[in-house]
Amino acid sequence: MALVTLEHVSKSYPAAGRAAEPVVAVDDVSLEIEAGDVYGIIGYSGAGKSTLVRLVNALEPATSGSIRIDGREITGLRERELRGIRLGIGMVFQQFELFEAKTVRANVAYPLKVAGWAKADIRARVDELLAFVGLSDKAGARPDQLSGGQKQRVGIARALATRPRILLADEATSALDPETTQEVLALLKRVNEEQGVTIIVITHEMDVIQSIATKVAVMDRGRVIEHGDVFDVFSAPRHPSSRSFVGTVVKGVPSPTELAVLRERHEGRIVTCSFRDGDARQARVFLDLAEAGLEFELVYGGINDIRGRAFGHLTLAVRGDDAAIDRALVAVSQHADVTEAR
Amino acid sequence: MDRLLELGPEFWAAAGETLYMVALTMLFGGAGGFLLGLGLYATRRGGLLPNAVVNTVLNVVINFFRPIPFIIFIAAVQPLTRAVIGVGIGTDAAIFALSLAASFAIGRIVEQNLVTVRPGVIEAARSMGAGPARILGTVVVPEALGPLILGYTFIVIAVIDMSAMAGLIGGGGLGYFAQLYGFRQFEPVVTWAAVLLIVVFVQVVQGVGNRLARRVLGR
Repeated sequence: MALVTLEHVSKSYPAAGRAAEPVVAVDDVSLEIEAGDVYGIIGYSGAGKSTLVRLVNALEPATSGSIRIDGREITGLRERELRGIRLGIGMVFQQFELFEAKTVRANVAYPLKVAGWAKADIRARVDELLAFVGLSDKAGARPDQLSGGQKQRVGIARALATRPRILLADEATSALDPETTQEVLALLKRVNEEQGVTIIVITHEMDVIQSIATKVAVMDRGRVIEHGDVFDVFSAPRHPSSRSFVGTVVKGVPSPTELAVLRERHEGRIVTCSFRDGDARQARVFLDLAEAGLEFELVYGGINDIRGRAFGHLTLAVRGDDAAIDRALVAVSQHADVTEAR
Repeated sequence: MDRLLELGPEFWAAAGETLYMVALTMLFGGAGGFLLGLGLYATRRGGLLPNAVVNTVLNVVINFFRPIPFIIFIAAVQPLTRAVIGVGIGTDAAIFALSLAASFAIGRIVEQNLVTVRPGVIEAARSMGAGPARILGTVVVPEALGPLILGYTFIVIAVIDMSAMAGLIGGGGLGYFAQLYGFRQFEPVVTWAAVLLIVVFVQVVQGVGNRLARRVLGR
């Protein structure tokens, strides 16, 4: 049984004016998130990701559909019961949202006080958490004395305080520089691997998905347009919107503008070979082309590694007799997906 | 100058009355205004305990009383003063009128400062399972404490100003002293002595307020 199950979940907000239509933020979304997953949800701003994640911890009630956490239906629960559910779900935010008037220690202790822990237990747990995120020396500091990366580490410690099984990360690294982003992502990865916490990561940055997610859902205008293993979605995105996200981190098939530039620079026919798993077949492709007596050069593309599995797209400019090229491409298509740019 | 020295005991008694009125007004009006402000803030649309009816009633009441000039208010509220305090004149009656007027003003100031608390930290507290009352007490108020202290400092000075009109109902104080012995008896030195002492009060209050706020804000 999945840890988080969404079935036909929708969320709409009442219309702003009399003539306006209600705004549908989340539109008929069904997802299953298994325990132990790092589940990425990617989409442009306004795609409904933030609303979706707020349905999971019921900060916002769903308009329709069913949401189950660990088998328990949470739609229709009363506010008081939802507070108990929220104790089991941590959340970190893009802008950290630390309590500025409290010290780092008091920030991390806050959810434990809410949960009614005893004072001595709170102290011990806070020490343990601050050690885990590497901020033991900052216990007495105020948030405004910390850097962005430190603030987010406090945010993560605070979100994990009550030992939740699920952690929601809403654009947790979007306000950080690239280096700090990697630090925070590495920490989230440890949270997942060492503490077994299931993480739902909301982001508009594909490299965040690439770094830590195991599964991904792509959202567009409130709908999930594609979801599955990160490797599958990265190596063969089906939806145009997914393709453009994947394109931000993976050099895939050249776009029409890029193609025009390539044609200007290189003579011959432009052919893209796509590989998934098993690099050995690359050699076969080159061998086929060489045996056919064709001249070719690599003009675009790259090989990517996702959690130890490789895939990539290599675009070649091939020159020679047209009929020979046609024959060679048939041979090559045994080893790779071949698309020729027309 | 001689006249001022002659009036020494009256002067210090008036100063004492002013301090007494301001202190008690800040105590009662401060508490009343805090509750009003908290109520306004919590019941707003999209607030922690949204309630359109309560919010509208509070707004209408405050908007009704707040624009009344205090010199009229103190007279207009007299029947109520008599009902609550027992008498309609004197220092205690003045404190009642002052507290009432101050709490409406403070209510607005408290509300204004609370709305500056970032919605994100409230959402964070909600995500940890905290309820509305706990969030008000342990997140919203502490997060707004610095500006709140500055707001209260601002109000103390406004109350000193209002307390100068307490003389109208026999409340005494420095305002009455300046009117009676300075203005009406053509003794500018006496008037200015009262002015200077009020300036000193204001400076001290503002100084303490600034210091406290700085300490709370940690900068």
